[in-house]
Amino acid sequence: MHADPAGVLTGAHFIDGDHACCEGALAGGCRFVAGYPITPSTEVVERIALRFPEVGGVFIQMEDELASSIAIAGAVWGGKRAMTVTSGPGFSLMMEHIGFAIMTETPCVFVNVQRGGPSTGLPTLPAQADMMQARWGSHGDYELIAVCPNSPQECFDLTIKAFNLAEQYRVPVLVMMDECVGHMMERVIIPKPEEIEIFPRRWTNAPLDEYLPFEPGEDLVPDMARAGQGYRFHMTGLTHDEKGYPDMTVTGQARLLGRLIDKIKKNAAALTDVVEDQVDGAEAVVISYGITSRVAQKAVQAVRAKGRRVGSLRLRTAWPFPEHLIRDLATKVKVFIVPELNFGQMVREVERCAQGARVVSVPHAGGTVHDPAIIVQAITEALR
Amino acid sequence: MTQTQIRIGGFGGQGVILSGIIIGRGAAIHAGLHATLIQSFGPEARGSSSSAELIVADEPILYPYVKDVDMLVVLSQDAYARFTPALKKGGLLVTEADLVSVTPPVPEARHFVVPATRLAEEIGRKIVLNIITVGFFGAVSQLIPLEALEKAVKESVPPGTLDLNLRAFRKGYEVGLEQLAKVQASA
Repeated sequence: MHADPAGVLTGAHFIDGDHACCEGALAGGCRFVAGYPITPSTEVVERIALRFPEVGGVFIQMEDELASSIAIAGAVWGGKRAMTVTSGPGFSLMMEHIGFAIMTETPCVFVNVQRGGPSTGLPTLPAQADMMQARWGSHGDYELIAVCPNSPQECFDLTIKAFNLAEQYRVPVLVMMDECVGHMMERVIIPKPEEIEIFPRRWTNAPLDEYLPFEPGEDLVPDMARAGQGYRFHMTGLTHDEKGYPDMTVTGQARLLGRLIDKIKKNAAALTDVVEDQVDGAEAVVISYGITSRVAQKAVQAVRAKGRRVGSLRLRTAWPFPEHLIRDLATKVKVFIVPELNFGQMVREVERCAQGARVVSVPHAGGTVHDPAIIVQAITEALR
Repeated sequence: MTQTQIRIGGFGGQGVILSGIIIGRGAAIHAGLHATLIQSFGPEARGSSSSAELIVADEPILYPYVKDVDMLVVLSQDAYARFTPALKKGGLLVTEADLVSVTPPVPEARHFVVPATRLAEEIGRKIVLNIITVGFFGAVSQLIPLEALEKAVKESVPPGTLDLNLRAFRKGYEVGLEQLAKVQASA
């Protein structure tokens, strides 16, 4: 299936990452957004509010982030592709409904344009300090998907991807932008609608009296029922059986939770999305994501110019973490260097998978990006 | 690789950010170059400081912020004071004639003065000060072809104001070219 031409603004644009994210959502088929505008994500919903009337979409400015994050679940079960957009404090408030979307297998997209925290922190300045909150912020045990764009172009591309993955796996997908990428203007190429692949909703063909809303297919993902066609079922955040009825037993919990985790975990390799640069034969590999990956690349180039073999591995998908890839690389390189705009979050995952290889964290409190010279120094010292 | 770091500074309401967007759009969409624009502004919409950081390069831009400025355009005294220290030796400096007093002067800058306020008044709308400045900058910087910048102006201004803005852009460009010719003749 291809994108609905109505939502696709084909052409070359000079726009910021927030606007590109909006266009990615439109191209990705999103027709419902609920949000409570917050810097530095406001421009996403500003543009949504402007563009949605042209495509028959509905944008609601809600009373807060709790309402926003549950309104999208309602829209999804009503048949729409939906997202909410937030930052920092708003993301904290949405945690409960990320869990609800996981438990009810509601395909939806959460955009978090990361700013400095904790609390109100640095509303207009970048950070990447919500990476572990994205993974573990809601209570209970679960798996989800998170992508990390490093340019306005990728804000467009990865937002489309987020909608597709949400539908394919029936899981909330988090687009983890940051203030720098969100407010940075660059060229964004929007392809023709027929060049944009859309993963359609998994509608059930089951007869009305045989449909089981949470009975998975072979890929562990169940099909959804189209609202208004006469399917009747129960949906709850409680642990439930295939019919959707509460099943609060040890076996029920093991069966449901096991499947919710396996449907992502068993597809971790397929979900891996990284950009490798001269990783083969490298002594050291710099692992980075989002805006930091660009600054890191500048540092990598500077160290290479001095004759050292340094590779770079950029995570476009942070969750699930590409564990197999890092474990494999760890047998070949001496050291991993992990710069990020936090005091060391994704570096913990690298450490977990690094086995014998050394891991060097290059932390930053946020508010700006790393000075490339700091990363150059870290790589140089690591190679000594 | 050639990379040009540009800073445009003024106060909110002058259209400083739009100037940066037009130059960036001209470079990235119409001149086959790469451009990254970052904007910063004070808490109030008007009257507070406003500046655009723009990098134009012939290959993808990695580090997004402007550090050592190659070309500086200032439309307020505050911007002059804040941003001239980061201007590279021999860098291009464009100041607005009536809004900026060049004190203390910046030694070793290629300095041009754009009479944007006066030209805008002649055209009849003070609001086009920024578009005049874009035209002037296009001429004295010779960074992006005239046609590319003009296309970017057309795509960036509200539909009903196109003629006005194009007149402003061309006037700025013309005055810029005259000044550039004078400097080149005396060199």
